[in-house]
Amino acid sequence: MIAVENLTKCYGEATVVDHVTLTVERNSITAIVGTSGSGKSTLLRMINRLVEPTSGRVLLDGRDTREEPAYLLRRRIGYVIQGNGLFPHRTVAENIATVPRLLGWDTRRIEARVRELLEIFSLDPATYAGALPHQLSGGQQQRVGVARALAAEPLVLLMDEPFGALDPIIRAKAQDDLLDIQRRFGMTVVLVTHDMDEAFRLGNQVAVMSGGRLLQYDRPAVLLTRPADPFVSRMTGLADRAMRLLSLVTAGEVALPGASDGPAVPPTATLREVLSELLWSGAESARVVEADGTVRGRLTVAAILARGRP
Amino acid sequence: MALASVLRIAALALLVAFLLWPQSFAPLFAPLTQYGAPPIYDQGNLLTLALAQLGTVCLAAAASTIVAVGLGILVTRPSGAQFLPLSRTLVNIGQTFPPVAVLAVAVPMVGFGEKPTLIALFAYGLLPIFENTLVGFRTCPPAVLEAASGMGMSARQRLLSVELPLATPLILEGIRLSLVINVGTATIGSTVAAKGLGEVIIAGLLSSNTAFILQGGLVTGLMAILLYDGMAALERRLLRPVTLD
Repeated sequence: MIAVENLTKCYGEATVVDHVTLTVERNSITAIVGTSGSGKSTLLRMINRLVEPTSGRVLLDGRDTREEPAYLLRRRIGYVIQGNGLFPHRTVAENIATVPRLLGWDTRRIEARVRELLEIFSLDPATYAGALPHQLSGGQQQRVGVARALAAEPLVLLMDEPFGALDPIIRAKAQDDLLDIQRRFGMTVVLVTHDMDEAFRLGNQVAVMSGGRLLQYDRPAVLLTRPADPFVSRMTGLADRAMRLLSLVTAGEVALPGASDGPAVPPTATLREVLSELLWSGAESARVVEADGTVRGRLTVAAILARGRP
Repeated sequence: MALASVLRIAALALLVAFLLWPQSFAPLFAPLTQYGAPPIYDQGNLLTLALAQLGTVCLAAAASTIVAVGLGILVTRPSGAQFLPLSRTLVNIGQTFPPVAVLAVAVPMVGFGEKPTLIALFAYGLLPIFENTLVGFRTCPPAVLEAASGMGMSARQRLLSVELPLATPLILEGIRLSLVINVGTATIGSTVAAKGLGEVIIAGLLSSNTAFILQGGLVTGLMAILLYDGMAALERRLLRPVTLD
């Protein structure tokens, strides 16, 4: 658990982060969104002390992060930045091994961990372990960046616009990978982004920042239905808020018992996707079907529409 | 590429042959002499002189490298940034102050021989290494440095395992420039009795023997070219191909 208490950062006269307090639950993903200059990156960088706060404190599992030297703290916290920051003079394997080496793991354990991570991120060790970063595509570099951050099995992963430099298709894949990995390892993720769609897609909780202040920190659905500030509703977008709300719910969660002769949709599909499918096919209801063919129930247009209102 | 390699090997062969068996080149230089003067320098061994000059240059370059890289590291640290203007001034003075003047100042202090030459070459060779070291450190991609700190490297670990390796190609280039400049400059050391090819040139000037002047100049020039090429080849072998974008 990360507890941020009254955190403030001033550079001279300018207050970049202004008395922010928030608690990030263990094993969850928190997305911090805001326009550029909102202080979101500074807030993130104060968690691993790349920026030292002017006042306030950060507790990591109840311990003040200032109790140990900053560089030791950072070895326990994964860190991914936009543009990866891979070491260009080191191979992929050496890049991934960075933190385990700093921690003094023995060679065999490091090798096994590097291999495991390369396989998790679908990079064939035989091909990629010895490659240099510039020989990889943008998407592969990004995956190596995340693998490097996870190498020493950190409980907390901080990500600063990690997918900002990727094209939309690779970005969607990278987001899915992150969700998979978070479920698999169960670490706590704090992610900074300026992209509301990304925040809604990934975040269990979303923090909206503007001018250094935390305007609202809540579940995505609450941000849509009960925005605390006009800026929050501007950020979430008024025009398609109903659709955003639908995209937060999956078919499996709200399927009703009963049969339907409409199109089949997987339980993982969002209501937004199901509605789109129904509009396209002209059917009144859809069948929610598991991958193995079991029918979970049905979803009618009316039931979906009812979910698009606060 | 092939032609360049052939030329390089030919230049090396020529240099070695001339230094080992200078007398066999006598017919080539004979037309440049008058009144039956010797066509080949005969007051000392050319090979010994060339090696002495090379030794002086390498020693001076080693000292310049240690000081210039050390200063470069110091002024690119947050704690040493305030020394940048001072360091730059000192290094610039080393380059703008003529080496001959350095010799004149140094001789009364350290006497004749190798020492004043070493001091002059050391001061003259600082600038290219220092400036290249600065550029090398400053062009490290900010994201890479941020990642290094974010991973939990201490300032020292970051310097040694990230910044220095990334700056190395430029530092080596600075050392190469410094070496080449100083191979030529080192000939002036002979005015203060340092052993070197300047001796041959000065002897030629004193006795109006163009052949001597040419020999001293050509051997020095060939050494500079081969040193430049040799360093470049060494850099290519030592360094991994790294592209920074």
